[in-house]
Amino acid sequence: MRAFCERLLALVVALSVLCVAASAARADAYDDALAHFLADSFDETIEGINAVVASGHPLAEKVIEALQAGRLLFSAEQKRVFFKDEGDRLVDAASGAPSPAAAPADLAPVRLNNRLRRIIEAALGGLTLMSPNPAKRLEAAQAVFKSKDANALPALDQAIAKETVARIKRALTEAHAAVILYLDSASQADKIDAVAVMRDRGDQDALAVLRGLPADTPPTVKQLAADAVAAIERTLALWETVQNAWYGISLGSVLLLAAIGLAITFGVMGVINMAHGEMVMLGAYTTFVVQEVIRTRYPGLFDYSLFIATPLAFLIAGFVGVLIERGIIQFLYGRPLETLLATWGLSLILQQVVRTAFGPTNKDVGNPSWMSGSFDLGHITVTYNRLWIVLFTLLVFALLLALLRYTRLGLEMRAVTQNRAMAASMGIRTGWIDAMTFGLGSGIAGIAGVALSQIDNVSPNLGQGYIIDSFMVVVFGGVGNLWGTLVGAFTLGIANKFLEPFAGAVLGKIAILVMIILFIQKRPRGLFALKGRAVEA
Amino acid sequence: MTAFPLIRALDRGTTVFLALLAAIAIAVPLLNLLVPATSPFHLSSYFVALFGKYICYALLALSIDLIWGYCGILSLGHGAFFALGGYAMGMYLMRQIGTRGVYANPILPDFMVFLNWPELPVYWYGFQSFPYALLMIVLVPGLLALVFGWFAFRSRVTGVYLSIITQALTFALMLGFFRNNFGFGGNNGLTDFKDILGYNVQAPGTRAALFAISTLALMIGFLICRAIVASKLGKVLVAIRDAESRTRFLGYRVESYKLFVFTLSACMAGVAGALYVPQVGIINPSEFSPGNSIEAVIWVAVGGRGTLTGAILGAVIVNYGKTYFTSGPLAPYWLFMLGGLFVAVTLLLPRGIVGSVQHWLTRWRERNPGEPSPAANGAAAGSPPPPEPAARPAE
Repeated sequence: MRAFCERLLALVVALSVLCVAASAARADAYDDALAHFLADSFDETIEGINAVVASGHPLAEKVIEALQAGRLLFSAEQKRVFFKDEGDRLVDAASGAPSPAAAPADLAPVRLNNRLRRIIEAALGGLTLMSPNPAKRLEAAQAVFKSKDANALPALDQAIAKETVARIKRALTEAHAAVILYLDSASQADKIDAVAVMRDRGDQDALAVLRGLPADTPPTVKQLAADAVAAIERTLALWETVQNAWYGISLGSVLLLAAIGLAITFGVMGVINMAHGEMVMLGAYTTFVVQEVIRTRYPGLFDYSLFIATPLAFLIAGFVGVLIERGIIQFLYGRPLETLLATWGLSLILQQVVRTAFGPTNKDVGNPSWMSGSFDLGHITVTYNRLWIVLFTLLVFALLLALLRYTRLGLEMRAVTQNRAMAASMGIRTGWIDAMTFGLGSGIAGIAGVALSQIDNVSPNLGQGYIIDSFMVVVFGGVGNLWGTLVGAFTLGIANKFLEPFAGAVLGKIAILVMIILFIQKRPRGLFALKGRAVEA
Repeated sequence: MTAFPLIRALDRGTTVFLALLAAIAIAVPLLNLLVPATSPFHLSSYFVALFGKYICYALLALSIDLIWGYCGILSLGHGAFFALGGYAMGMYLMRQIGTRGVYANPILPDFMVFLNWPELPVYWYGFQSFPYALLMIVLVPGLLALVFGWFAFRSRVTGVYLSIITQALTFALMLGFFRNNFGFGGNNGLTDFKDILGYNVQAPGTRAALFAISTLALMIGFLICRAIVASKLGKVLVAIRDAESRTRFLGYRVESYKLFVFTLSACMAGVAGALYVPQVGIINPSEFSPGNSIEAVIWVAVGGRGTLTGAILGAVIVNYGKTYFTSGPLAPYWLFMLGGLFVAVTLLLPRGIVGSVQHWLTRWRERNPGEPSPAANGAAAGSPPPPEPAARPAE
């Protein structure tokens, strides 16, 4: 036991001696390196830069940064190097201590040229590769990936060996591979490995690296690179499909929100509410007003603004809806075409009311913190507001489905949809059901407005932009049940987004319209039509 | 009852109305051109241009009334046919500019030179010829209506479904025409016209002539509509309006009737648009906007659908009101008034002005049986429809 302790002690002593010696050697190397800057020649300065970086001295980064900014000064007479720190104080580069004495008379900055600047940048990249800050290390790795500077190679090797964070390690390896691929002196085996690394990365940047290989790359590597490019392109095409599908789902959910209220009122009452878009707009303006009140009175509540706005928008739009039904539409039953005109007139009035009250310009509605930002999923970027809107739409859809399925109101609404006269004879107050349906449909439009305020401009014309698309959803999906609207909305949304890259947004829309016209040849009442023997007069 | 439909169409009311239109067609240009400006009877060129515009709108309203008032097809996209006719005329006028454009290119219109188009697109060929342009004015809207109507009516798309689809049609066309690469001038449309058939479009004489021609076109349109609604065909149309299924069960090919009248109506709208363009001096994609088409429908509703004179009066009255209010201090309230008009007419005056007057007259005559019955002059044509067939879809 004793012997072991002695040996241990000896080991510790030996180690500490070694450390001291090492740091002394490092300090010597650093001092020698600084001496290069005194020569006032570009070549010597390059030597100095490389030597300073190689010394690994704690002040190395500061010195190189000062050199880059033209703050590195030297005095040939005193053979000392200084730099000015951010506070414009003169610091002795050797010790790192502020220089107490007056500045030497012959103090001059170390001169730079463009070649030097490039070398400095690379050197700094190499230095930050070892930075204790992970974000800085990642940034440095990405910078090297872009610059493909061979000078950074030794630093990269060191950094890869030391790195513990997997993500940064991968970035470093990829940067290393990029450098290797553009380095003439690298061996063919290394280059082949590098191609494999690029292939694994598999994004646009990797494609750019592989496509721009230097002309003197060995043919085997070139061949492999071409294979890798093809493979990456296939994967990217797949991801693009995923991306389009996601955009389509996102658009579809917006359409669904806007159209579902329309589908309910059309299904139950057989009337098209042309002012439906204006209900959406009212919902969006409700959100705006709620956020304004929160901004001025209770700024801490901002993240909850949508939770306050959603029920309010439902109530306001729903109330206006009931008013419209009781005030106008109930007198127009049996005259669906005239209802169309009357509600169009209402939409003009509502737009003008909002324009008069809030002005014609777009209103600024903010995203709460939990709705802003995005995350990467594979090679696509998903924004939180789109994601939340999709989830919110599905929630609203589920709630509505449950309402129709399990509540008394839903039962009566379905009865009136199927056969109004029979429902009335069974004692259902069809007039009351109509009013409630219209209120419900309008209220949902109001909720849609809350969601749309997060992704679209809030202006008096907000509703008009969605109304025709919503009608298309209703025409396509049919009014028999809500699933038709769901399928219709997502089909149209996804079809739109897939057509856009080929045909452009406008031609895509026209193509969709033509397809709908052709589609209703087969199914004039939409995908999910009500079955029955009823015939129109 | 005479065999020849045109003569049968000429009952007393129609003759009086046609004579009135003829008088306007002659008097307005004369009062503008021959009466000195100082005279109280002088009509300014502004007035002529304005009323020329109204006359074109009246023709559009007439075409809508023919399908909506008599056949129950509510098209919310008739502005599309109007605008297509207008574009056909605009293309002719563009080709007439020739080297007088900003870029002085003898073939290409200015906007194509500006967009670096090397040559004239194929669909612009032939528009330097006036007869060809005239043909296209009728043919393009007619063909579109024929194809669209064939698809729509064959699959029995009716009621609000049809209205929505027509609205989507004009919306899609608007989006298309807004694009520069469509070759119709993008959102600036076609403008800067110089002359038509060698006459300067700006000159008072040309304007007066255009006014007279527009009124003549309106008279012809009125006569054609009158001939249709007074014929057996017209009676079938009214039957389709009031009970489509029943008419079908009686053995009529409902689709064919609808398709015929829809296509004819589109051609009339195209002519209206073609006459409109040289008088206002511009055609751009906003003419396709769904709002315009719906506004045209309300003219008919105000005047009285199912009454041809009503459609014409409605178009003139509403548009005069629009000009009057939007140029005065009441301009910010115009949209309130227009919106209110939609609501008020559908709720309170479902027969429209002319329809209500006819209704009161009929009732008055029924109470005073000494007078001759109004049913003598063509019951089907004279009687405005009931507010709407009392039926709900999906019931």
